[in-house]
Amino acid sequence: MKRYSAFAIAREAFRHHTGWERAWRSPQPKAEYDVVIVGAGGHGLATAYYLAKNHGITNVAVVEKGWLGGGNTGRNTTIIRSNYLQPSSMAIFEKSRGLYEDLSQDLNYNIMFSPRGVMMLAQTEHELRAWKRTAHANRIAGIESEMVTPQQIQEMIPIIQTAGPRYPVLGGLWQARGGSARHDAVAWGYARAASNMGVDIIQQCEVIGVDRDASGVTGIQTTKGAIRTKKLCIVVAGNSGVLADMAGFKLPVESVALQALVSEPIKPALDCVVMANTVHGYMSQSDKGEMVIGGGADSFNNYTQRGSFHHLEETVRALIETFPMVSRLKMLRHWGGIVDMTGDRSPIIGTTPVPGVFINCGWGTGGFKAIPGSGWATAEMLADGAPRALAAPFALDRFTQGRMIDESVAAAVAH
Amino acid sequence: MSTRIQSGGRLIDRSRKIGFTFNGQRLTGHPGDTLASALLGSGQVLMGRSFKYHRPRGPVGAGSEEPNALMGLGQGAHFEPNQRATVAELHDGLAATSQNHWPSLDMDVGALNAAMSRFFPAGFYYKTFMAPRSAWKHVFEPVIRKAAGLGKAPTQPDADRYEYFYAYVDVLVVGGGMAGLQAALEAGRAGARVLLLEQTAHLGGRLLSDEVEIDGQPSDIWLAAAVAELQGMDNVTIRTRMMGAGVYDHGYVTGYERLTDHLENATGPRHRLWRIRTDRIVTATGAIERPLSFAGNDVPGVMLAAALRDYVTLYGVTPGDRTVVVTNNDDAYRTAIALKLAGLEVPVILDARDAAIGPLPRQARDLGIRVEVGKGVASVKGGKKVEAVEICSQAGEGTVLETIPCDAVAMSGGWSPVVHLWSHCGGKLVWDVDQAHFRPDASRPPTDHNGAGYVITAGSASGALLSGDAMQDAAAAGRRAAAEVGFIPSEGDAPTAMAEPEEPVQPVWMMPAGASYKLRSKAFLDFQNDVKVSDVQLAAQEGFESVEHAKRYTTLGMATDQGKLSNINGLAVLADSLGTTIPQVGTTTFRPPYTPISMGAIAGEARGAIFKPTRKSPIDGWHDENDAVWEPVADWRRPYTYRRAGETTEQAVHREIRNTRTNVGLLDASTLGKILVKGPDAAKFLDLIYTNMMSSLKPGRCRYGLMCTENGFLFDDGVVVRLSEDSFLCHTTSGGSDGVHAWMEEWLQTEWWDLEVFTSNVTEQFAQVAVVGPKARQLLESLGGMDVSKEALSFMGYAEGELGGIPARVFRISFSGELSYEIGVPASYGRAFWDMLLEKGAALGVMPYGTEALHVMRAEKGFIMIGDETDGTVTPHDLALGWAVSKKKEDFIGKRALQRPDMIRADRKQLVGLATEDPATVLPDGAHAVAGVNEYGDPKTIGHVTSTYFSPTMERSIAMALIDGGAGRMGEVLEFPVGKDSVIRATVVDPVFYDKAGERQDV
Repeated sequence: MKRYSAFAIAREAFRHHTGWERAWRSPQPKAEYDVVIVGAGGHGLATAYYLAKNHGITNVAVVEKGWLGGGNTGRNTTIIRSNYLQPSSMAIFEKSRGLYEDLSQDLNYNIMFSPRGVMMLAQTEHELRAWKRTAHANRIAGIESEMVTPQQIQEMIPIIQTAGPRYPVLGGLWQARGGSARHDAVAWGYARAASNMGVDIIQQCEVIGVDRDASGVTGIQTTKGAIRTKKLCIVVAGNSGVLADMAGFKLPVESVALQALVSEPIKPALDCVVMANTVHGYMSQSDKGEMVIGGGADSFNNYTQRGSFHHLEETVRALIETFPMVSRLKMLRHWGGIVDMTGDRSPIIGTTPVPGVFINCGWGTGGFKAIPGSGWATAEMLADGAPRALAAPFALDRFTQGRMIDESVAAAVAH
Repeated sequence: MSTRIQSGGRLIDRSRKIGFTFNGQRLTGHPGDTLASALLGSGQVLMGRSFKYHRPRGPVGAGSEEPNALMGLGQGAHFEPNQRATVAELHDGLAATSQNHWPSLDMDVGALNAAMSRFFPAGFYYKTFMAPRSAWKHVFEPVIRKAAGLGKAPTQPDADRYEYFYAYVDVLVVGGGMAGLQAALEAGRAGARVLLLEQTAHLGGRLLSDEVEIDGQPSDIWLAAAVAELQGMDNVTIRTRMMGAGVYDHGYVTGYERLTDHLENATGPRHRLWRIRTDRIVTATGAIERPLSFAGNDVPGVMLAAALRDYVTLYGVTPGDRTVVVTNNDDAYRTAIALKLAGLEVPVILDARDAAIGPLPRQARDLGIRVEVGKGVASVKGGKKVEAVEICSQAGEGTVLETIPCDAVAMSGGWSPVVHLWSHCGGKLVWDVDQAHFRPDASRPPTDHNGAGYVITAGSASGALLSGDAMQDAAAAGRRAAAEVGFIPSEGDAPTAMAEPEEPVQPVWMMPAGASYKLRSKAFLDFQNDVKVSDVQLAAQEGFESVEHAKRYTTLGMATDQGKLSNINGLAVLADSLGTTIPQVGTTTFRPPYTPISMGAIAGEARGAIFKPTRKSPIDGWHDENDAVWEPVADWRRPYTYRRAGETTEQAVHREIRNTRTNVGLLDASTLGKILVKGPDAAKFLDLIYTNMMSSLKPGRCRYGLMCTENGFLFDDGVVVRLSEDSFLCHTTSGGSDGVHAWMEEWLQTEWWDLEVFTSNVTEQFAQVAVVGPKARQLLESLGGMDVSKEALSFMGYAEGELGGIPARVFRISFSGELSYEIGVPASYGRAFWDMLLEKGAALGVMPYGTEALHVMRAEKGFIMIGDETDGTVTPHDLALGWAVSKKKEDFIGKRALQRPDMIRADRKQLVGLATEDPATVLPDGAHAVAGVNEYGDPKTIGHVTSTYFSPTMERSIAMALIDGGAGRMGEVLEFPVGKDSVIRATVVDPVFYDKAGERQDV
């Protein structure tokens, strides 16, 4: 792999950029792999990367029915934060956020992690108390977050309206090292680095069956033929239920459409990510200048990557209430993705009832921020055959045990 | 140079002049002008700067697909960036400013980017700016952010109003050109309710520029007749300045109507967002001309051929005196002919095809225009203005054969149907080889619930580019739509439209075919985002083979025109680079809206005070007049306390508590949820909904009830009153009433639909007042009316009667530990009842109290509050409320979950009280207790504070907490680190701080 650098760009500039290599190989599937990962989204690619990098397991295939990074990785609002409430959530999200800090250098790919801060507004007394509780939990877990006053918020975010009239801002939970990153680049960076270490990323390859015998999984059937493996990891977000069904087990997961929208680009007006849960809106400004706005999830299950228009109304109203200037911006585009929601809104990382089949799913509305940590923890599990501390609390059996990890306090809406 | 010419201009009123400003300069135009045409008429071709390289740009189009001529319009609270000058209608006093440049449009420092462009190919930023780590946030990113963006951010709250409108029709026709009008005529004549939308101010579409013959007469005659007929039909509505923005499932369409943008002094709403339900949608959205990819195709003065023709014909302006026309089809000859007839020079028509033999080329030649076939543009010369065109052979590599001085270029790469609305909800496309475009595949439309297609395309939107075909197609579409919604359409002949026949287009994706890198790196595909042919080729080279990858890597089609001009050309370059075909590459997803719509319109009138209308109790007026400190509670506002002059908020709260505990206090409890559950199976239903047994409750009695989720976690509570054998009144939390009611209905409608039960949310039908304190009974008795003695109405009893002449439901329940009555009266009596209590209670020291006093008093008693002691992870048992979970019932929601292993662990977090070592120290909200180290190596938290107050009653701090195995820790001292090196120590105690025996409430 030729390294990327300013020097490399300068060199290529003088030969019309003819020397750039493919970012990742485009191999045909081999007959057998040590590990097959289904789903070349951020989580699947990160898993493959850390399998190769941390555990030296490189005989790995990532199979993808479409194009890599084309699911929720490529259609989310790119918020990165770790100021969760429950210890197991804080652990994996902070691991993830920490990995994001160095990810550009680690991958030699500028994923543009930008810790410009995440502000979570409190607009009711109840929310204020909840954030205070989270701030205490964060501090004890070593996560830097702090409560800030409405005056501080107004100074940090000049376009915000803190004085109501309907829901005045009472305070905020500020995570200075939260922020955003370029979502496509995360997928591409992991793909390039994993491919370079020998991982086969096989796009346009849909899984159509899972082969198993009495001892467990033996391989998969795909539109590009059969692939044998003893370790199969399903990392397919909204389609998790479909793949689990093929493998022969059920998941406590519902798939619903979650929406997002962007404005036309404008000159810089908002530096950090702002989340206003009481009014149901969140917004950041991309480096391109577009206001990136997250919407709500439909309350019914479906697989269309669209969503109901009324969620946009609700979201845009909330944003105008919070940032009055938004009223004179225009919506450029809105879209949807299929998110996999669990009963406690926390992910599932673990073994399954089928020996050799592992699952990583259930990230719901907040998976992007978890990509590095999730990949890290899933790679550990695949290498060992069992989860280590980061993943263990997120086992599938927590639903039968009643061991829920409910973040409803810290994430009343899409996060 | 660009100027107003003497001929043409059918849309403008030359007899009047109107003034406007551009970058502060005063200019004039005519009524009917767009901002772009007025600027061209004033000699201003340069209208903006591109996004990445800050290249000078003029308008390339004349419609809503414009990527270049974006402006900030208006001033102050009316300022809005990124508006298309090509569709902004000129009005007197219009203030326009160009964007994305510093210090000025003419002299833009950012244009250095263009000089450095060889270092900034597609995706260069993924390959650099990585070291040192902190430089991205602090150096590179700020520079990029500042250079990016387009228009300036609005700084003031919007001064305009917006509104919604709802429409229900049989057939919605989108597009008011020839095809849309004909389709609307057919559907309207058949009797269907028709709504016709046209995004511009004028009906007629391209007929206005390109007259054809319809039924043997000039199309203007047909147009006038068609519009008149439609306007005469009661079942047809026509809206201009209204765009079909998005198509959604089940025939839901959003329409974006611009009501006042074209007016100088506007009153009324600015935009109106229509939500339209329709059975059939006819998209007569026309087609968009494609640019050609040659070097310098972005120099100001290079325009789409039809756009240039529109400027001349509709507005009487031209970007130049000498226009070179370059094309791969016959239609562009119309531009050459129009220019020539307007007295302007056309030095040459460059036709990339091998031959130009149709009637239009013949007509051009007859006018004396030089036509060169097999030729193309090697390069356009000029910076801020076209100066010359270098001619080359299309088949070659760009060797310059001749340089022709000119000041404008009209280009045409063929036409692509506007398929957006067809595609929004899943309509599929097919590649039309002959016309070199994607058109709707009529066999795969977006489908409704019954599998039927609900979008029908008409005219050139179907790919019927020639007028005769378009008319036939449109008539058929209108008839089909009418028939499919149950009307009988006409079977007669559709009108015959005749225009000059055209020879086939010949696809030209690169001009010249063998262009050098130097030329390819100046041939723009996406004008606004500065994506060149070489960028898409680089993407393919680097493995970004999927069309979505190539788009995202290069930003092709991601500009504010969403690829309307660039996508097909870009796809073709990608396909060519990959050695595959265009249909193999496919398109990116079409997403609403068709063109950007204002956020203001999406929000409608819901802003400011009515963003979410405040729910107000019937007694709200009194609170407002008496110094209430408001607190939002769900959609309600409630008094947090009533602060008197000279008091702090805390002092006010403490006064209210002390008075209630010694005299009598009043709480407006009207916001408390009240759900009436009635029917033969009401008791059975509530046994399933609540953890408690409700069927055993006797009429006239109250019971505190708990509700759990399927996962066994407590989510709402409240007092259930059995009004009679078959009817119950279920109180919920103030914030929970809507959710609980929806929850009940969901279970009734989806799971227990066999139960004979009705539910009704009667929250707002009653005002409810809590009369609380040792003197509560005395106060009620002073009103006169029903017997409220202990004997007649014991603790947890309920009676209905009259108090002070007002019908009342009286519940003897207490959330404060005091003698307490909650009294429900019809909402209309609420204020009168409240006033009466205050008047009669004056002698008793009556005093209203707010929510904070309520909270403190319940905490003094160890009563839980949903949302404080619960957070979605807490069971009734965790809160020592196991007594309210029936062991006898066969089932209730959460029963199974409550038996799961983790739910019966002995060391779960359990509710305790906390007494700080220093009684004056109040634990902070949400403070955590720690002990030891957890599996991640962090201090192990063993629980957290759920409620914490200074109790004026106990004259010390009190707190409640959920602590691991808390029930077994009585007397233990816990440590709460609350900041850097700051720890508060507190002893675990019984959560009931006040009146442990409960004697005060049961008197």
